[in-house]
Amino acid sequence: MTTMNLLQAVNNALDLAMAENDSVICFGEDIGKFGGVFRATSRLQEKYGRDRCFNTPITEQGIAGFAIGLAAQGSVPVAEIQFADYIFPAFDQIVNEAAKFRYRSGDQFNVAGLTIRTPYGGGIAGALYHSQSPEAYFCHTPGLKVVMPSTPYQAKGLLMAAINDPNPVIFFEPKRLYRAAKGDVPEQAYEIPLGVAEVVRSGSDITLLGWGAQMEYLLEAAEQVQQEGISCEVIDLCTLLPWDIETVEASVNKTGRLLISHEAPRTGGFAGEISATIQERCFLALESPIARVTGLDTPFPLAYEKEYMPGTLKIYDAIKRSLSF
Amino acid sequence: MSNTAVSNSTVSNSNDSSSTHSDSYASSNADSASADQQLNHENLASYEAKVLDELNETHQLGFITSDNLRIPTLKILQANGVEFEDAMAVHLNKETALHCYKTMQYIRVLDERMVAAQRQGRLSFYIVCTGEEASVVGSAAALQPGDMIMGQYREQAALRYRGFTTEQFMGQLFGNETDLGKGRQMPIHYGSKALNYMTISSPLATQIPQAVGYAYGQKMAGKGECTLCYFGEGAASEGDFHAGLNMAAVQEVPVIFVCRNNGYAISTPTDEQYKGDGIASRGIGYGIKTIRVDGNDLLAVHAATVAARDFAVTNNAPVLIECMTYRVGGHSTSDDPSGYRSKDEENAWRNKDPIKRFKHWLLNKNWWSEDEETLLLEDYRTEILSVLKKVEKLPLQPLRTLITDVYEQPSAQLQEQYAELEEHLRQYPEHYPASAGRL
Repeated sequence: MTTMNLLQAVNNALDLAMAENDSVICFGEDIGKFGGVFRATSRLQEKYGRDRCFNTPITEQGIAGFAIGLAAQGSVPVAEIQFADYIFPAFDQIVNEAAKFRYRSGDQFNVAGLTIRTPYGGGIAGALYHSQSPEAYFCHTPGLKVVMPSTPYQAKGLLMAAINDPNPVIFFEPKRLYRAAKGDVPEQAYEIPLGVAEVVRSGSDITLLGWGAQMEYLLEAAEQVQQEGISCEVIDLCTLLPWDIETVEASVNKTGRLLISHEAPRTGGFAGEISATIQERCFLALESPIARVTGLDTPFPLAYEKEYMPGTLKIYDAIKRSLSF
Repeated sequence: MSNTAVSNSTVSNSNDSSSTHSDSYASSNADSASADQQLNHENLASYEAKVLDELNETHQLGFITSDNLRIPTLKILQANGVEFEDAMAVHLNKETALHCYKTMQYIRVLDERMVAAQRQGRLSFYIVCTGEEASVVGSAAALQPGDMIMGQYREQAALRYRGFTTEQFMGQLFGNETDLGKGRQMPIHYGSKALNYMTISSPLATQIPQAVGYAYGQKMAGKGECTLCYFGEGAASEGDFHAGLNMAAVQEVPVIFVCRNNGYAISTPTDEQYKGDGIASRGIGYGIKTIRVDGNDLLAVHAATVAARDFAVTNNAPVLIECMTYRVGGHSTSDDPSGYRSKDEENAWRNKDPIKRFKHWLLNKNWWSEDEETLLLEDYRTEILSVLKKVEKLPLQPLRTLITDVYEQPSAQLQEQYAELEEHLRQYPEHYPASAGRL
């Protein structure tokens, strides 16, 4: 074990994946010699050469298309989109091409090796175009896997699993936690299975569900209400597509209450999907309406970022309301 | 010459002053990079002169227009199938030439029969290659079997060249149990792993950056293989074209881009698609070796692609070939060209038929005869009709193919949804004739 921040864990996962398999190739804007604007790919070019870790021109659709072709050829591309806010030029390649590659060819061709990493989320004064959480767009696309880690340990294990998964994976990294989150991480390679949620805190009164950077707020709120005698079960979804219904269902059947929180705007957000599924399955067990604590239905703001953010206090307040329903 | 789009009509004219009968690339200035290696051997004065020269300064204002760059069109065969007197030497052996010819004829027959089948209501949709067979076959014939082909959707002739059978064509067109694609895509979205022919997808130009990535993998594998990527002049307006060409040049990959400039994108003519000197001029802008050829001249297309492949694989660098041709048919069976172009224009191009032109060349070489032709066409018609009759009656793929291959393994959610669906279908089988009795 060694202490790493989330960036170091990502870098370590890439390093081990590249060492393990010569077919793993990393590329994106500024990721070569410079090591990426956040340094997630630090020293990889030096170590594995320019052929396996290189800069691309500024063309997200080109990066995604290139990665898809490279994966179809049998290589294991790990492409970086510099900010999730800039993934939209690649949307067609991801949604119409990567996600449908295996299906449309009758399983003759696939992009099994494809992973697209991208930093997402707010809380860094990044305003409209350096703060978005676009996961829900991708969760509406059969054929993709969508993964969002919240700790250094998860980031490494989930990224290694994503790279080795035989399906295309979009890997959203919580950039607010890149350096803020520190934790013990094994030095050797390991994988955390995709599609499995993690119960990070056991409790009996209400289930709090989130992913990525939002976990920090959920855990803080759980701690606060604990002092008032409210016991929260906190679940980190980890993989949004396909998501671990069973774990959430079992928890809600136990606690009778569910609060879901994400940074993205509420309307069309992934909390809506979870909410619908859980009310179908846990209708009779529910003691109160499923609560959503989310971003507002606005572009991501700057001056009033704190007001926008679904922070600890908003979660605290929603827990209290749910319990007193 | 006006500063407007290259008109397709200029290409067909054998007297066109901008055509060339010898193999010439419009080269980018990428070669200048090695120049400064020799600096050590030069004195300071000549070094300074060189620096000034490389700055390429001017002290007088002047814009550059397309007129400054008149990209010639390579032609080898005249309209009558006779080689131009000053044409470059042709290196196409009899076996390959006949394989090319038979492939073009097969596709012509297939296209005619399938349009008829669509008109009879036996097939939902079809797209013909008519008029563009030489652009596709001439380029495909220059490849090695290990090379990947990534097409747009009108390149069935390349697939046939590599041995796709009539059963396989019909299987895809009818989307039933013999379809390699498991009945999931509209007709003409062929694909064959065995023949290194990437499955077609409808979105335009997406295959271009993908071809670049695929070719990068081939470069890394070091087996001397490359990727050939087809697209139309309309698709070249998509962002993916520009993304792909730029990345191909920068990432130095062995990919051959073949643009079928066939005059129309559905109904939109080229002069409403672009204003520069065709698609070729863009290749040069991206630092890519580029050549324009008469796409109805199989010998020109083949010679250009042979040279392109050699260059691409030897240098790990892309090449762009712009084939000037004409889409004689409609965009698809859902299209009616009478709404946007004249019969005269179509007939003028029918007279420049690439198959007839190549046939005359074969006849002149005594490699082909009218008797053989009659037999060949009869064989193709008979075979295609009999296979069509057989395959159109075959059952669909199993119902479960609805959910397989979305992921490598169906997710729990998907399996649950499938179970729900099965239950529903069992309850109301009379409303679902396609799946009734197949559960």
